[in-house]
Amino acid sequence: MKIAVLALQGAFIEHEKMLAKLGVSTVELRQKSDLEQTFDGLVIPGGESTVQGKLLRELDLYDGLKERIERGLPVFGTCAGMILLAKQIENDQRVHFATMDIVVKRNAYGRQLGSFYRACEFQGIGTIPMTFIRAPYIERVFGGAEVLATCEGKIVAARQKNQLVTSFHPELNEDLSVHRYFLDMIEHNQ
Amino acid sequence: MSNRYELNKNLAQMLKGGVIMDVTTPEQAKIAEAAGACAVMALERIPADIRAAGGVSRMSDPKMIKGIQQAVSIPVMAKCRIGHFAEAQILQAIEIDYIDESEVLSPADDKYHIDKTKFDVPFVCGAKDLGEALRRINEGASMIRTKGEPGTGDVVQAVRHMRMMQAEIRRIGSMSEDELFDAAKQLQVPYELVQYVHENKKLPVVNFAAGGVATPADAALMMQLGAEGVFVGSGIFKSGNPEKRAAAIVKAVTNYRDAELLAELSEDLGEAMVGINEQEIALLMAERGK
Repeated sequence: MKIAVLALQGAFIEHEKMLAKLGVSTVELRQKSDLEQTFDGLVIPGGESTVQGKLLRELDLYDGLKERIERGLPVFGTCAGMILLAKQIENDQRVHFATMDIVVKRNAYGRQLGSFYRACEFQGIGTIPMTFIRAPYIERVFGGAEVLATCEGKIVAARQKNQLVTSFHPELNEDLSVHRYFLDMIEHNQ
Repeated sequence: MSNRYELNKNLAQMLKGGVIMDVTTPEQAKIAEAAGACAVMALERIPADIRAAGGVSRMSDPKMIKGIQQAVSIPVMAKCRIGHFAEAQILQAIEIDYIDESEVLSPADDKYHIDKTKFDVPFVCGAKDLGEALRRINEGASMIRTKGEPGTGDVVQAVRHMRMMQAEIRRIGSMSEDELFDAAKQLQVPYELVQYVHENKKLPVVNFAAGGVATPADAALMMQLGAEGVFVGSGIFKSGNPEKRAAAIVKAVTNYRDAELLAELSEDLGEAMVGINEQEIALLMAERGK
């Protein structure tokens, strides 16, 4: 199994390390020619969604990736990655891949002083560490999306068929369970 | 270390692979955000103008910083003087995302840096070598940048500082364990930090390049030398075409090894900032705060 990690900006190396611990090899996507490689899943990391969204288009990755996601490529978006997948962003006009039936709110907990850590319940996994950095949350899900986790009354993880999103950063803690959950999604996809 | 410190180091991780741009107005901040900045540094005068104006340079007017916070959705940083913890308290009160305890401003204390462990907001500090970097981390900095020589458009000092830091990291990494105690003594830092560098072959926090970066090639050079991202100060808004240059530097940081793309990005950017050579400057800001 090989997983592509969008490496335009942000904490992509952290995801690569988590996947390496699970024995999975990764490739970095930085420009269009990188799409010529084959991969079984895609991780969109945390970082700034404005930066990643712009570079996706300007480095000609947008169309190729959107098409693959729509055709069923398993994708896992954390924080900024979740924003890139959302069909609607409450406090921003710009949407990006817009493939997932969720409405998200950017910087929903405020500035860096609002960043926090909690342990909360994740459906099918149990209680896991959750690190929120200037994080978004999911205002609501609709259509085919279902809620996988809530923390302090806000939706922080969801899934819609081949798409998994978290507003927190599983790649910043030692716990591998959300990444393992994503690998299970890929295996059931094949 | 506290939970808050971890969260603050985590924010720096999210900035990696990105470009942090100096801006002086909400309009410039919007241009920077649209060009792909992952954060902006709000300040009244960019380093080149601070250099030209001379005199004492202080923290910016909080009203001006708040205007920039209103204008953009990306993180907003601001500078306080070295050792000026009251300025830092003020910046924390307006919920700044990152404080740069910066040698670009006139130092307020020629002996002590701010005790950054007393703050909830994160700090980034400049360093010329590994000792300075680890001393700032020991004081609570959650991100490091090279000092470079701000406001010059001359990248030589940033290169020198980054090479020095990387060479010292390699040296510590190759030491036998019983040599680490003496290394800690020489660097004037706690043993635990030296041990971390020995085991991980990197700083315990994110390390950006700063000071004198003016072109996509400069940014790519710093990334290839081991920077995890780049600060661009005077280089953008002192150039002929800020939008285009800013966007080109952002792309250069993402694809810093692709020479063909870098060639394309370097084309037709208009005039770069004029710049001053290292030998021509009277004031070496990098010598402030060690």
